[in-house]
Order: sequence, then structure tokens, then C-alpha cells
Amino acid sequence: MGKIRYNKIQTNGFSFRLVKNKVFFCFVIFMSMIAISPVVFIIIKLIIKGIRQINLNFFIDVAPNTLEAMTAIANGEIIPGGIANGITGSILMVLLASVMAIPVGILTGIYLSENQDKIFANIIRNISEILQGVPSIVLGILSYLWIVINITKGFSAFAGSVSLSIMMLPLIIKSTEETLKMIPSTIKEAALSLGVPYHKVIFKVLLPTGLGGLLTGILLAISRVLGETAPLMITALGSSVINFDITKPTSAVPLLIWEFYNDPNLLDLVWSSSLFLMGFVLMLNIIVKRIANKWVYG
Amino acid sequence: MNGEKITKVVLFVSSLLILFLAAGMVYTLLNGAIPAFNKFGWNFIFSSEWNPTEGKEEYGALSFIVGTLLTSILALLLCIPMSFSASLFLGEYYKNTKIANILGSMVDLLAGIPSIVYGLWGFYVIKPLIVDLGFNEQGFGIFTSALILSIMIIPYATSLSSEIIKMVPNELKEAAYSLGATQGEVIFNVIIPTARSGIVASYILAFGRALGETMAVTMLIGNANIIPKGLFDTGNTMASVIANQFGEAEGLKLSSLIAIGLLLFLITGIVNSIGKLIINKLS
Repeated sequence: MGKIRYNKIQTNGFSFRLVKNKVFFCFVIFMSMIAISPVVFIIIKLIIKGIRQINLNFFIDVAPNTLEAMTAIANGEIIPGGIANGITGSILMVLLASVMAIPVGILTGIYLSENQDKIFANIIRNISEILQGVPSIVLGILSYLWIVINITKGFSAFAGSVSLSIMMLPLIIKSTEETLKMIPSTIKEAALSLGVPYHKVIFKVLLPTGLGGLLTGILLAISRVLGETAPLMITALGSSVINFDITKPTSAVPLLIWEFYNDPNLLDLVWSSSLFLMGFVLMLNIIVKRIANKWVYG
Repeated sequence: MNGEKITKVVLFVSSLLILFLAAGMVYTLLNGAIPAFNKFGWNFIFSSEWNPTEGKEEYGALSFIVGTLLTSILALLLCIPMSFSASLFLGEYYKNTKIANILGSMVDLLAGIPSIVYGLWGFYVIKPLIVDLGFNEQGFGIFTSALILSIMIIPYATSLSSEIIKMVPNELKEAAYSLGATQGEVIFNVIIPTARSGIVASYILAFGRALGETMAVTMLIGNANIIPKGLFDTGNTMASVIANQFGEAEGLKLSSLIAIGLLLFLITGIVNSIGKLIINKLS
């Protein structure tokens, strides 16, 4: 804590001080508006440029190749095809990542909240916080070295989901621990005093009570990894067909955006797929807020 | 073994898994980076030569390290006026009001926008703007990426520092008001000194975020493997060189890219630890 400077507050020179105060207030309001304006600009830009391409085919067709797109542009039609291979790939990889990250994350979170002051718990807590700061591209490298080289012997959905699950882990651990910490200890003690066994206290009392918080953490983690591109570029690679084999290269919505961005003929699809991805992620965020308000704080 | 024991063991084992995961990450990165460090030694960090031509391969990470630090520091500087204002808005001027709630949600949404969408927006909206303003000819470069990065890290800097500004005790502020201080004077003479270390910590954590950002920077920095000579020069960062070249890399090049990943891991780890240390000291 720095030194508080009451002596700097001078009460003479009245009007100038008030003007200064007003000017600073206006500066704060102005800069705050600048800070949030990108959200509005980005959403408007995506809607204007992308809404034209969004139709039923957009969700059920796979991405077109350059030639198809070129023909369509030459004929003045909208580009055929959609992002079905990306949507299915994203679902596949995020589901797989969740299956791996959620159990470990929740169990570790329970361990941390049950053993607050143990040295080992402190170490794990710090490690988890460091994991949260690891750049996603580094997680991509690791998944490449572990899975792509040794296990699937090639780019694969599994490798992609491993990198995503490492990203999700610290978020789930943290939210689980924070949620369980907020549950009054009297609830747990009441159950224990009735002779309820420890594992039942955890699964029948603690987890149901904290369900809202756990769900919030999981959805937030999912919304964070849905838009991840960098680790998937070097693990899942991408694919032009719908693929459900986790040992094969697979596409994802952000990977498709990257492909469209690099191919001038497919440029129109960049906006619609970004609009879709961002709309989905923002919707998840709003749902998270709703759940948090209703179950955690209400 | 009874149920209680089993439960405790399961919880412990799952925590142990985190430990193994982290240890495995460090081991794998070190192991993969060894060939590059063996070949080039300290030169790997202090040389800016990046030559993949077969036979005279030479890899040094200096230009990427400089590029990463330059973009991140510039992004932090550009971010401070915006996020500091937003945190005063949320934590002091409109504390616990509906309008603060809306602004807070908007700031959170900034964190929800995927990196690649920021990259697209930067490429199609900000880059032409930079060209029109005549800063540089192609619009790519350190400044363009730093500008987008600064927007991306606003939520990380804002949410924490607004919480800390909120926690400044009312008595301290009221004492200043009772001396006739204006709200601005209270902010500069009471709130900032009191919340200083927490605010610094939140900017350190935001800086850590900026260091590792990949996609948006890759799309805007120009991907030139040179040490940038000015703010509007093109360059490359550690994260973006990995993203660009990892796919087709083999042998020594692969090892060099892994070594860059290791350096990035270490730098972000240290920066984040310093930030967390300051925060832990506060509470």
C-alpha cells in the first residue's frame, strides 16, 4: 500500500479544481466508451458482411473448394457450401476435451477446497494457476509431441482435443474450488453429523449445492476453447470432409475461418463463419451469466 | 479399504495428475529443445539469424523475442488509458449500478471474442485505417498488432483492477472528502496510492496474456524474420513464428521452434508468477 496523500488536497483555487475534476471525469467516460466500442464495431461488421451467407446449406454442407467458389463468383451467385465439417469437428473435439478435463478438473477442485492449507494443495493450486497462463500455442506443441508423433502417428482430432482439455483444466479447477469454498461449512457438518459417509457428502451434498457454480465454470471453459485456432492448426490440421474418427485430421470452425481467410475466393465465407462462431460463443457467455445470477448469487 | 479412504485417494490422485501433467510439459519441452540448444548454445537467444536453407541451417530467436516484447509492451501502454478508465468507471464512479453492470458485461464480452475474429477485424478494418493515416504503406507491423492486442487484453486488466479499486475502504475516501477534495483528487491521492500494487499486478497479468497471443498477431504483424527497426516496421513474435512454421518443420528447425515454445513458456510463467505473487501478498 502506497502513502495516502491527504496533504496534496488543497482547498483553495476553487473553480480550477472543479474544472479539473470534470475534465478527468469526462476523460474516464470517454476512454471507457472507447474500451468497449470494439465489441459493437466487430458485431456490426460481422452481421453486415456475414448474414447474407447464412442459410440452411451453411449448416449442412461441407466447405466448398476454390473452384466451386470461383464459378459461383463468376456467375454472380453466393458461394455454395457451408461449414458442416467445421461444426461437427468442433463439437467432436470440444466434447472429447470436456470428457477428459471435467472429471479431473472437478476432482482436483474438490481436493483443493477440502485441503485448504496443505502444502501439497498449495503446490497444485500454484501449478494450476501457471497452467492457466500457458499460451495456447505451447499447448499445441505439447499435444503435437505427445499425441501426433507418438499415439495417432499423424494429425488427429484426439491431439486437438488434448490441447483443448489442458486449456480447460485450470479454469474448471479454479471455478470448482471457488464454488465449494462458498458453501457454508454448516451444510457439510450437518451431513457428517448424521453419519453420512464422506464420498456421499461430496457427491450428494457438496456437488449438488454447488451445481450452478460448477456449470458456470464448465461452460465458461468451453466458450474459451471454442474459438481456439492456434493449437488446432498444429494438432488437428483440418479436413475437407465430415470426420468422426478421432485418429484422423479433423476440421473445426476456427480452422475453417483460417482457411477461408487464406483463400481469396472463399472470402465471403470468412464473415459468415466468424459471425456464427462469435454468436455461439457470446450466447454461451450470456447463458453463463444467467446461470451465475440465478444459482450462484440468487 | 473403506469408502472414505477411496474417496480421499481418488481426489489425491487426480491432483497428482495435474502435477504429472505440468512436469511432463516441462520435460517434453526441454527434451525437444535440447538439439537446438546443443547446436547453437547461447547464440540461440542472442542471434537473429533465421535461415532454414539446408546445409547452412542457422536458427536464432532474438528477432522473435524482441518482436514479442515490443508488441506486448506497446499493447500494455495503449491498453492502460482505456482499461484504467473502465476500472474507475466500474469500481468508483458508477460502483454497483446498473450502468456499471452493462459496461462490465461488455468488457467481459471482449474476452469472449475469439482471437481469430480480432485478427480478421484488424486485417479488414484497422489495417486499412493505418494505411489511410499514412503510418506505413502495407499497414502490417508492430503497431497494428499492438493496437489489436491492447483491445484484447482490456478485459484481463479491467476486471481485476476494478475489483481492487472497489475494495478501497470508504473511511479513507471519506476522510479526503471531508477535507474538501473533489472526486478526481480522491482518485489520485487516495485510491491510486492504496490500490497501487493490485493495479500493477492486474497489468502484469494482462501483459502475460499479450505475450502468448497467436492468431491475431500472426495475421497483422507481417511475419518478417527480422528485428523491427521502428514501431511501424514489420516483425514476428515467438507465438506467431511457431504458428507459421511448425506445420512443415522437421529436425533442427522443429527443435528450434520447440525451444522458442520453451522460452515463451518460461517468460509467460515468470510474468504470471510475479503478478500472482503481488496479488497473494495483498490478501
